[in-house]
Amino acid sequence: MNYQFEFGWLAEYYPQIVKGIGITVELIAVGAVAGISLGIFCAWVRALGPAWLKPIIALYVELIRNTPFLIQIFFIFFGLPSLGPQLSELQAANVAMVVNLGAYSCEIIRAGIQATPKGQFEAGASLAMTRFETFRHVVLVPSLQRIWPALSSQVVIVMLGSAVVSQIAAEDLTFAANFIQSRTFRAFEAYIVSTTVYLALAVLLRQVLAMVGGLIFPRRAVP
Amino acid sequence: MIEFTIWDILRNLLLATRWTIVLSLVSFIGGGIVGLVLLFLRVSKRQWSRSLAKYYIELFQGTPLLMQLFIAFFGLGLFGIDVPAWLAAGLALIFWSAAFLGEIWRGCVEAIAKGQWEAAASLGMGRLQQMRYVILPQAMKIAVPPTVGFSVQVIKGTALTSIIGFVELSKAGTVVTNATFQPFTVYGLVALIYFALCWPLSWSSQILERKLNVAHRNY
Amino acid sequence: MSLIEITEVRKSYGENEVLKGINLDVEPGEVIAIIGKSGSGKSTLLRCINGLETISKGSISVAGAQLHDDEVHLKALRLKIGMIFQQFNLFPHLTVGGNVMLSQMVVKKTAKPEAEKMARRMLERVGLEQKFDAYPDELSGGQQQRVAIARALAMQPMALLCDEITSALDPELVAEVLAVVRELAAEGMTLLMVTHEMKFARDVCSRVVFMYQGRVHEIGRPEDVFANPQTPELKQFLGLH
Repeated sequence: MNYQFEFGWLAEYYPQIVKGIGITVELIAVGAVAGISLGIFCAWVRALGPAWLKPIIALYVELIRNTPFLIQIFFIFFGLPSLGPQLSELQAANVAMVVNLGAYSCEIIRAGIQATPKGQFEAGASLAMTRFETFRHVVLVPSLQRIWPALSSQVVIVMLGSAVVSQIAAEDLTFAANFIQSRTFRAFEAYIVSTTVYLALAVLLRQVLAMVGGLIFPRRAVP
Repeated sequence: MIEFTIWDILRNLLLATRWTIVLSLVSFIGGGIVGLVLLFLRVSKRQWSRSLAKYYIELFQGTPLLMQLFIAFFGLGLFGIDVPAWLAAGLALIFWSAAFLGEIWRGCVEAIAKGQWEAAASLGMGRLQQMRYVILPQAMKIAVPPTVGFSVQVIKGTALTSIIGFVELSKAGTVVTNATFQPFTVYGLVALIYFALCWPLSWSSQILERKLNVAHRNY
Repeated sequence: MSLIEITEVRKSYGENEVLKGINLDVEPGEVIAIIGKSGSGKSTLLRCINGLETISKGSISVAGAQLHDDEVHLKALRLKIGMIFQQFNLFPHLTVGGNVMLSQMVVKKTAKPEAEKMARRMLERVGLEQKFDAYPDELSGGQQQRVAIARALAMQPMALLCDEITSALDPELVAEVLAVVRELAAEGMTLLMVTHEMKFARDVCSRVVFMYQGRVHEIGRPEDVFANPQTPELKQFLGLH
């Protein structure tokens, strides 16, 4: 192999990479906060909510979990405008991330809720709390604590999956790598650099999530 | 302009679905074989082999599958090989699946009580014999539901190979959209076909899981 | 030459030394009870003898075979000693017969018909020949432990290590397992058992080893050790029982 590695282009193109990192971070930040919130709502519906809403949420969750993210984002970006307003690339990417993580976190959080000992609900009821109050004040936080590691892994998976938003020209890290390789023809180097950045982001994200977990769940034991 | 009926669209998509299925099978089986090697490295007594497998798994689980595809596609080209999209797609998916399957199976092996290893050892079995005759038969039982569940991830993962130009269901979706200008219908149908492939697997994984839990409670 | 020679054996987990220089020679046909509080190192000693734990210092040999931490030596050693565990550790995916036949076939390469013949003989010895095709989860704890004994015997060991083999059993099932062990002792099998069954130790054993804080604190014939304990620790231990 006579290939000469060449990273000189970094000097010229690093602003693109930094911008791409910014977009990727923004996508996962919004995706995680809104997606997990959506997931909590859906999990509540599926575990304890009104019966009429359950099949709708179930359909949403199953549809998202059994189709590729790439197709979801194509559908949102290219397909939906025939029904409503055209979203920008970034808006579409954000919506897709939230919708995707919402479905996955719903199932994870639901498992956490279902692992709650029955006595917790009974104790809530005996204190004259409504079912929703019991959920909100007694059940929710321990449930999240139970499944926080699984939820964290899913957030990392969705962050890595966000590379796909480059395909609707949302200018994330992968978009930057594609842009650089098309200008410099240094495809291998461009992708090695961006892959390394993704790896670092994944490690960092895991640590941030562990820290967030430590802040939300100061107590150790979960019933 | 030519009019496309729903049937025209669907027929084209279904023809391309064949390649999604073939690539999924190849990736899953190949990934299973490499994953088994990873599993043995991961539960070995030797520190270097455990570390090797651990770093492999962290690398492939910590980077986007799309990047792995790009690197396979452009990287192998550096060796002077003209890499066709199907080869890069197959290789990347095999090595990616292997990381996940290896990790899933390690969890199953570690779920087997330590006493089983010790009993087998006390009867004079070597490490590989303990694994083959005592641990794996038990671990395989609990590995079935998550393994079936992961096959869904493999099928969805094949969609990314459209980006490096492998013509399967997703790529066909883009091509047909460009010809028909009906993105809503086309991508909707593409999604439904994926759903038809994936959902039975997801569902059986859940059923198997439930059955297993019941069986374990009766123990 | 003794059958099992344990010389100056030390075992540490990090800073914590669990065995502090153990010396013990076991003659063929001896039945030895190892007693002591939990944490005194008695189970660790047993697990060291067949290489489930690696020793930090000292040496262990069985019928002239030295204990080394590699697969060839370990296999040679383990062919000479069998082990019975507190939790039975039967293989749940195999029938009773399969449990007893497996290691004969894969370790000793015995042909299946011979392995089966041996398995049936050993199961008969522990009174369970009719359970050949049952699965472990269909048996009571006492029956499972008897199968575990048959499984170890089928390898024709020169000695058996028994690690609290009745501690996980319901009280009414203890007797049936001890009866099997008593018979083995009568037939001349060399036995090293960690046990809490003091009456059994007194009736069946040729020597009793009292371990205290990682050392052999007292050793002797059961009638001496139980009737006339020398150290305050042993007196207190026996008093507690």
